[in-house]
Amino acid sequence: MNDITYTSSELLTINAARLLRDGDVVFVGVGLPNLACNLARRTHAPNLVMIYEAGVIGAQPARLPLSIGDPTLVSGALSVCSMYDIFAFYLQRGNVDVGFLGGAQIDRFGNINATTIGDYYHPKVRLPGSGGSMEIAAWANRCYIITPHQKRRFPEKVDFRTSAGFLGGRAEREAAHLRGAGPLAVVTNLGIMEPDENGELILTALHPGATVEQARENTGWELKVASNLKTTSPLTTEELNILRNDLDPDGIYLKGGE
Amino acid sequence: MSKLQTLSEAIEKNVFDGDHVYAAGFTHLIPFAAGHEIIRQGRRNLTLSRATPDLIYDQMVAAGSAKKVIFSYMGNPGVGSLRYVRSEIEAGRLEWEEYSHFSMISRLQAGATGLPFMPMNPTAAGDLEKVNPNYRKVIDPYTKGEVVVVPPLKPDVAIVHVQRADAEGNAQIWGIIGEQKEAAFAAERVILTAEEIVDEAIIRSDPNRTIIPGFIVDAVCHVPYCAHPSYTQGYYDRDNAFYLAWDEISKTPQAVKDYLDEWVFGVADRAEYWQKLGDEVHNRLKVASRPSATVDYGYY
Repeated sequence: MNDITYTSSELLTINAARLLRDGDVVFVGVGLPNLACNLARRTHAPNLVMIYEAGVIGAQPARLPLSIGDPTLVSGALSVCSMYDIFAFYLQRGNVDVGFLGGAQIDRFGNINATTIGDYYHPKVRLPGSGGSMEIAAWANRCYIITPHQKRRFPEKVDFRTSAGFLGGRAEREAAHLRGAGPLAVVTNLGIMEPDENGELILTALHPGATVEQARENTGWELKVASNLKTTSPLTTEELNILRNDLDPDGIYLKGGE
Repeated sequence: MSKLQTLSEAIEKNVFDGDHVYAAGFTHLIPFAAGHEIIRQGRRNLTLSRATPDLIYDQMVAAGSAKKVIFSYMGNPGVGSLRYVRSEIEAGRLEWEEYSHFSMISRLQAGATGLPFMPMNPTAAGDLEKVNPNYRKVIDPYTKGEVVVVPPLKPDVAIVHVQRADAEGNAQIWGIIGEQKEAAFAAERVILTAEEIVDEAIIRSDPNRTIIPGFIVDAVCHVPYCAHPSYTQGYYDRDNAFYLAWDEISKTPQAVKDYLDEWVFGVADRAEYWQKLGDEVHNRLKVASRPSATVDYGYY
């Protein structure tokens, strides 16, 4: 067990999959979240319902979709609806349990920047923008963020607030009366950060072999550590086999990282 | 009344310099052939709106067709950055206006239903609402809470690709239905392209599948493989290899120019483009059949 080798993408995906509960309705993104959902469906959450912003509900993709609108998501799905319907009837109405989010920057309170680095009107780096992220972050019951642990990705404050985390602190999000609970976990290749009572992301778990020092060095704010810091369970051969042999046999998403 | 015509005629009669164009389709059914025809006819100063500009607008921007893009996700779906549009924005050479997906689609919904605005629950993220004055807040007269509103999107012309339509433009789509219906109803003029032109009786055999009625359509064009490198559900697959290849091509302006010279200006129409793609691509994009169970509407 201790000799299992894996990539950081595999580590992220498996730990994300473990956050999902059986019966969850999940707003799935492409890449690692898609793999995490399919892994959860094959292990502890067989009744997971995968819905996609392209308007697909209850997808059972037979192959790994490159894009969020792949035809394999449609064939065999429970339902297909318009984009307006998926955002209004499903997300805004409160029918989505989990949303996965990513972004170029995530700040101390879990706010996300997916829009620009630098000034908005004269961007140093122009990113793709919100897509569905602004609404998912506000209205999904629970949000999870999956991202590599790097200092530039975790600034004290984001350059542009594309999607709401806890805003300036938990009280501010509560005052905004958003229906969703906000980002409940940030899964990185070093461990897991979760919001404390103020909505500030603190280190609550380390993956086997990772250290508090590494996490602090790679975080742009003074990272607090939970008093009951945990260690995540080692990846199992079952989880890795499903990922490698069945879900991403060509290593399109999993080959990343060492 | 038949509205059948060539795509070239349809673009000539319905797309003009300075127009606001919405080429519909969320990943699915993107009318690339129409984008290429607009480039070939040399239209200029267009405002191009789509939730996801996708490669079709990357190519049109590269060809100099556009002065402005309106979008909610400006990426190469599943691949990464939409390089040409991105570099034009970073260089300050292209105007842009952006939304989240829901607010972009809400704008179309307002345009399609003739409403002055669409309300949405607040998201509290705030920054997009600060930089885009089209986002406003109003007080809900019933609960006195705040709602966010966006104005209607009203393109001059919508271009919609479908699996099948009759000569009048009654059109049926299956698979991802994104925002085709909304775009068609929101626009002043509608150009329809179809994989197949079928008899009206086929349309009437399955009326629930008709999402666009012919009487709002201006032009109907029979354009098989119109969507490549996007796809048509049940007809051909998405050319993911090309989406990955474009990531390389779009790294240099010269490679983009060479691409446009060869694949847009170098062919007369979509039929020639498809022929030129060759057997390897044709075979790679073939899909096996998976028909639905039929439904029975009954005789009454």
